[in-house]
Amino acid sequence: MKVAYFPGCTLKTKAKELDAYARKCAETLGITLEEIENWQCCGGVFTTARDEAATKLSSVRALKAAGNANQMLVTVCSACHNVIKQTNHAMNTDEEFAFKVNNYLGKGEEYDGSTKVMHYLELLRDVVGYDKVKEAVKKPLAGKKVAAYYGCLLLRPNSVMHTDDPENPTLIEDLIRALGGEPVVYSMRNECCGGYIALENPDSAKKRSNKVTDSAALAGADMIVTACPLCKFNLETNGSKLPIVYFTDLMAEAFDLKED
Amino acid sequence: MHKDNNAVRDEIIRRSGVNPRKCMRCGKCSATCPAYDEMEFHPHQFVYMVESGDIEPLMNSKSLYQCLTCFACVDRCPRGVEPAKLVEAVRLEVIRKQGANHLKADDIPALVTEELPQQAIVSAFRKYTK
Repeated sequence: MKVAYFPGCTLKTKAKELDAYARKCAETLGITLEEIENWQCCGGVFTTARDEAATKLSSVRALKAAGNANQMLVTVCSACHNVIKQTNHAMNTDEEFAFKVNNYLGKGEEYDGSTKVMHYLELLRDVVGYDKVKEAVKKPLAGKKVAAYYGCLLLRPNSVMHTDDPENPTLIEDLIRALGGEPVVYSMRNECCGGYIALENPDSAKKRSNKVTDSAALAGADMIVTACPLCKFNLETNGSKLPIVYFTDLMAEAFDLKED
Repeated sequence: MHKDNNAVRDEIIRRSGVNPRKCMRCGKCSATCPAYDEMEFHPHQFVYMVESGDIEPLMNSKSLYQCLTCFACVDRCPRGVEPAKLVEAVRLEVIRKQGANHLKADDIPALVTEELPQQAIVSAFRKYTK
């Protein structure tokens, strides 16, 4: 099975391993991530203002490209996922906005809103299925206590994202279980790490991140997994005692795809 | 031409799609806001200050740049008011004016570290700059 893939800026630079293992693990599960040609950065955050069109065009172009190929659009980075999915929602629910955006795309090139946006984690749950994930495991993560960190962007706003129960998600915990690990639930798993505030006000990001990592440590976790490069950066650079790893890293380890 | 308070309010309400009159003043948005300590005006204050057209203090406040766009207030509001969308709409009212960018390209070299992901820089530009 082939799906359209939007890697995003950070997966091509600081988070190359997130991209590489996402592709390898997908291949193991019979899915090819076909990178969209000439994709552009999503901008990192969705602008909720209804009168902002230009900042959402890169997302619309990616959605259109996937639609042209009759494929769903798969993302790995939580931020790309949030921006593209919210843009898709706006195209489907706000006629005035869609009209404005389509004026940029040219005659006959309008986007009709029909592309389905899926995060890689949703693809595992809804298309691949955890049973198939289990079958691919060669080295189960036995005895590893893994804390899933959702942050904000995978889950919220729930009225648009519909990823999982936004206050009591199981999406990542179910994957951890399928890989043979032991999920650790802790209270701060869906609270913000500070995000882009790290650039201007690192102290604010530190306070946020420490709350998350302290909460996971208190719950007895050995490590924290995330899908977002900025979450990883914030949790890591603010003195986490626990290692922070991408979920794809954990999968590659369980599938025995790691080259050391 | 200087826009009067009510005109600014109407524009912010239109841009955000928020109806501040739905608010029942429970304060849950501010209680759940991770940037609460960093803010001079908190999410619930944005809601009633926009409603009453008292927008100038919000436009002059650094609180505009402390919102993390985590959508906690959006999801947890029992009345579906979505305060973060008002913060965004007020911020755009400010930075869309010529020369009013909060973050300038020249500021970047002093702020970045080797490890900082690109995502942080593009996100900050999207939030703070036009």
